[in-house]
Amino acid sequence: MQHAPTADAALETSTGLDNRKLLMWLFLASECLFFGSLIAAYLLYRNQSIGAPCPSDCVIDGVTHEGLFDIPFTSVSAFVLLMSSVSMVLALAAIQRADQRGMRVWLATTALLGMLFISGQAFEFTEFHREGLSLSSNLFGTTFFVLTGFHGAHVTVGVLILLSLLVMAFRGRLNQAQSLHVELAGLYWHFVDVVWIVIFTLVYLIQP
Amino acid sequence: MARLTMGQRAVTMVEALRMAREEGATYRGIWSWITTVDHKRIGVMYGVTAFAFFLVGGIEALLLRLQLATPNGGVLDADTYNQLFTMHGTTMVFLVVMPLSAAFFNLLVPLMIGARDVAFPRLNAFSYWVFLFGGLFMNASFIAGEAPNAGWFGYANLTSTTFSPGHAIDFWALGLQILGIASMASGFNFLVTIFNMRAPGMSLFRMPLFVWMTMVTSFLIIFAFPVITVGLFELLFDRLFEANFFNPAEGGSPLLWQHMFWLFGHPEVYILILPAMGIVSEVLPTFSRKPLFGYPFVVFSGIAIGFMSWGVWAHHMYTTGLGTVANSAFGISTLLIAVPTGIKIFNWMATLWGGSINIKTPLLFAVGFIAMFVVGGLTGVTHSIVPSDYQQQDTYYVVAHFHQVLFGGSMFALFAGIYYWYPKFTGRLLNEGWGQVNFWLMFIGFNLTFQPMMISGLLGMPRRIYTYPDGMGWDVWNLTSTVGAFLIAASVLAFIVNVIVSMRDKRPAGADPWDGRTLEWTIPSPPPPYNFAEIPTVRARDDFWHRKYREDESGRAIPVVAGAAVEEEHAAGEHHAIHMPSPSFFPLIAALGLPMVALGLMYDYALVAAGAAVLVVGVYGWALEPASE
Repeated sequence: MQHAPTADAALETSTGLDNRKLLMWLFLASECLFFGSLIAAYLLYRNQSIGAPCPSDCVIDGVTHEGLFDIPFTSVSAFVLLMSSVSMVLALAAIQRADQRGMRVWLATTALLGMLFISGQAFEFTEFHREGLSLSSNLFGTTFFVLTGFHGAHVTVGVLILLSLLVMAFRGRLNQAQSLHVELAGLYWHFVDVVWIVIFTLVYLIQP
Repeated sequence: MARLTMGQRAVTMVEALRMAREEGATYRGIWSWITTVDHKRIGVMYGVTAFAFFLVGGIEALLLRLQLATPNGGVLDADTYNQLFTMHGTTMVFLVVMPLSAAFFNLLVPLMIGARDVAFPRLNAFSYWVFLFGGLFMNASFIAGEAPNAGWFGYANLTSTTFSPGHAIDFWALGLQILGIASMASGFNFLVTIFNMRAPGMSLFRMPLFVWMTMVTSFLIIFAFPVITVGLFELLFDRLFEANFFNPAEGGSPLLWQHMFWLFGHPEVYILILPAMGIVSEVLPTFSRKPLFGYPFVVFSGIAIGFMSWGVWAHHMYTTGLGTVANSAFGISTLLIAVPTGIKIFNWMATLWGGSINIKTPLLFAVGFIAMFVVGGLTGVTHSIVPSDYQQQDTYYVVAHFHQVLFGGSMFALFAGIYYWYPKFTGRLLNEGWGQVNFWLMFIGFNLTFQPMMISGLLGMPRRIYTYPDGMGWDVWNLTSTVGAFLIAASVLAFIVNVIVSMRDKRPAGADPWDGRTLEWTIPSPPPPYNFAEIPTVRARDDFWHRKYREDESGRAIPVVAGAAVEEEHAAGEHHAIHMPSPSFFPLIAALGLPMVALGLMYDYALVAAGAAVLVVGVYGWALEPASE
């Protein structure tokens, strides 16, 4: 979003940090508590479900249930999201040296990788749903869908921001002087990535 | 920087006035308010709206007191009673005390730090509209015939669809989500404003105490609200999509709700009291004609309270069976948080000590705050003692305690602030005689209402019962409380009369009616849209005082020859036109999307899509329009 500092463009800020950048950092700090609360709820309810389906193989009332998680598949989609952070860095570096074409290419790449990640999540959700997992099936379904769903919503918003930046770029409104817009989108994008690393580790990789 | 001549300075001023008039001419009348991004107008709108909700919440309280005036009262039935106490609490916390504090943030922070507006004026307008729509949405539940009825902390699993069918709890949860967005947006805005928009020389430790307390409060807001946002999402998922977060049948824990609510809820009580402490820290020095005693101690106590407020939440949950270790730990942390609070109280008293005290209405309310807050604080300390709290849990003693801190504390301080800064923003003083009537009626009424509740509570009267049999020994205390509540209502009427009297009295208040200490008193009343014709350069804490007075050998204040200090200030003035942010419709449009989404979630998903579309239009329009000329 475009917030010009008020009153007076010539007036330096007291900290020397651009208002918009400071706003983004504070917003991301606040988001830590948001995801922290969701993750805490997931961890609190881990293995507390009454009944299947389970994330990994489990035995309930003598019946063995196959776990839902497909770690290799999710690892690939996690890798895709991580790579999108690299292309995001390249997009910012491009516009900062006034390389308009480079920025467009890398912004588009980042958005595509983000969409690929979302598609992977959509596939995973449908797959799990087919196997009987839903918001109401058990605590695992409740906490899993809400936590990863909110993360997916954040990635989706990020993709929309990236596409908006691309439109701005093609209309000639995103030049070196406005590189801050790309930087802000990047901060958000990297944050959403880092959150996924935490979720992927705690939810998928560490299975007690 | 070269010293400007008189002529050059006059040219700058005229140019600034011309620019400001042109800006103001874009929209007229009601449209100029709807599109405004001026922090002072937004502050006034916050204040007026919050006062209107104060009247609504107050009428709800009077109805509750009428019902409880005598045993076996027949004024309200049980269901209406539940709705009224829930809406009374929710209204007073989220629609009165928080937005009244937000009104003061808006009005004062830019003026006190020497800025022309907040960092993000349109985001500021957005906060106000979201707050207004959130408040209207919450109260629309009365029109729908099912107002929230599970208490202001809405404990699970009373709030589940099993025990609360219908939409009452949805109204509550969705309304709080909307209001949370407003609070967080203003939290971010004021943090950036305070960090980035200070005038030259306004270092952090020269900032007025009110600005410090705004900063701590804003940090608490941006960190506490995400927690309740998640809690409310979990509740909404349970209710709307049959999720299991608080469903014991599927292994969910209703206690998780209590942890999340109070992890937000205890920082929240400091969100309600810290701005009040900031106001009192401004009023006392002015009316004692002394600097605030122990400024760094008051600042650091405020910061300490901010940190410690995160470690005390489970004292609301002693009786849920957390175990001895947890109860003891939270008991100790709760005892500890009384230390920085006590430090502040001693510093305020030491500020008064030896001052040349000017007894005016703002000072009366500020001193009333100290007295009432001490009682509230000490009853809070009795709650930190686990066995004592076991006895008091869910009794009127608890009700008495938190009204003692939130009304005797926050509201008294907010009234002190209203009387103190009213002339700055209207150009008229409030009437002193009516002010004294207002204060004494409120002070006596307040004590008549809430001190008897301490006794009825200790005699075992539970809160949230809609009636009680006679012969319990509670009759006289309840009747006294009801009489007191109507005295408070009379005091509020006296305030309204005072505002009318002041509006008829045409005498201008002048720029500095109280002999103030901070930057807002250096500019005309009411301030021009651009606040400062020239951004001031700050040389000291209480800068304006030092421009007006110097000390002789015995430390007494001697007036500086008129104008000398002000004259010097202008030396560093800038010589260019003032660019003010342009008015905008988009914050209002974006805000309008939120209640539409909320209504849609309850009644028709098509409305969710429509609301989301409105939100997107608002946000993109906002992002693409230029912020200023």
